[in-house]
Amino acid sequence: MKTLWLPLGFIALVLLLAIGLRLNPREVPSPLIGRPAPHFELPLLHAPDKRFSQKDMLGRVWVLNVWASWCPPCLVEHPVVTELAKNVSVVGLNYKDAREDALPWLRRNGDPYQLSVYDAAGRIAIDYGVYGVPETYVIDQRGVIRYKHIGPLTPEIAQKKLEPLVKELSTRG
Amino acid sequence: MARVLIFFLASLCLPALAQDPDIDKRVAALANELRCLVCQNQTLADSNAPLAVDLRNQIREQLKGGASERDVVDFMVARYGDFVLYRPPLKATTVALWAGPFVILAFGVWLLLRRIARRPAAEAELSEADRARAAKLLE
Repeated sequence: MKTLWLPLGFIALVLLLAIGLRLNPREVPSPLIGRPAPHFELPLLHAPDKRFSQKDMLGRVWVLNVWASWCPPCLVEHPVVTELAKNVSVVGLNYKDAREDALPWLRRNGDPYQLSVYDAAGRIAIDYGVYGVPETYVIDQRGVIRYKHIGPLTPEIAQKKLEPLVKELSTRG
Repeated sequence: MARVLIFFLASLCLPALAQDPDIDKRVAALANELRCLVCQNQTLADSNAPLAVDLRNQIREQLKGGASERDVVDFMVARYGDFVLYRPPLKATTVALWAGPFVILAFGVWLLLRRIARRPAAEAELSEADRARAAKLLE
């Protein structure tokens, strides 16, 4: 009996550490899930005189993708976003960037976004709880945030999480 | 002329430098209580990540606008979750965090008590014959 306790305790400790150390501390659960997407009205990246608000997307399921030309992981996820944009409206939130950097970046790497809004001060990104660009939000027809991904999208996450979720939300109407 | 110009330029800088020390103190106190999510083991006060700078400015702006400490903390929690607080609140999800150490302590005390209780009883007194034998051996 006594000899059993030690190895059991050890195994329990190993299990605890195995789970604990595998969790990604960067993935902080967002308090915004299930809440209405914070309001914004920002100028477009391509057309500074035009403005876009999250309200303009009411009635549709859409994806908000926070990106910047200075952000290397954004370039990494760009092909995934491009692929995703074939099936769902993806709006870009250009974060703390300069137009003269962001526009050539899109010309070089392709522009999958339905449109990009320009948040040079990063003020709107604070309302969305952005802390690690790129970040991606799925927003439903009623303007409620249903999912958030922090860091670059991988093909796996796009295919197994985002696309099924978008499809499910769309059929729900 | 140059002196006048320097004086003029310096006076332009003054309003920027002469910030309200009371607000500064409150910003610093709050920034010390909040986590920078970019470099997670630093507070907003310690971090120089661009986001930390933005958030410190945000705190300052809000305090200047008449917000209370509570308002600013609520603002941060609404966006970044309880994780921004260096002192997590006691909630259903954080019970393990608060109670865990005490549970482990209680378990340790229980183990110790059990071990003490199970220790073999002290040796019986020596009999007269044993004493005589010991004395003989020691001679």
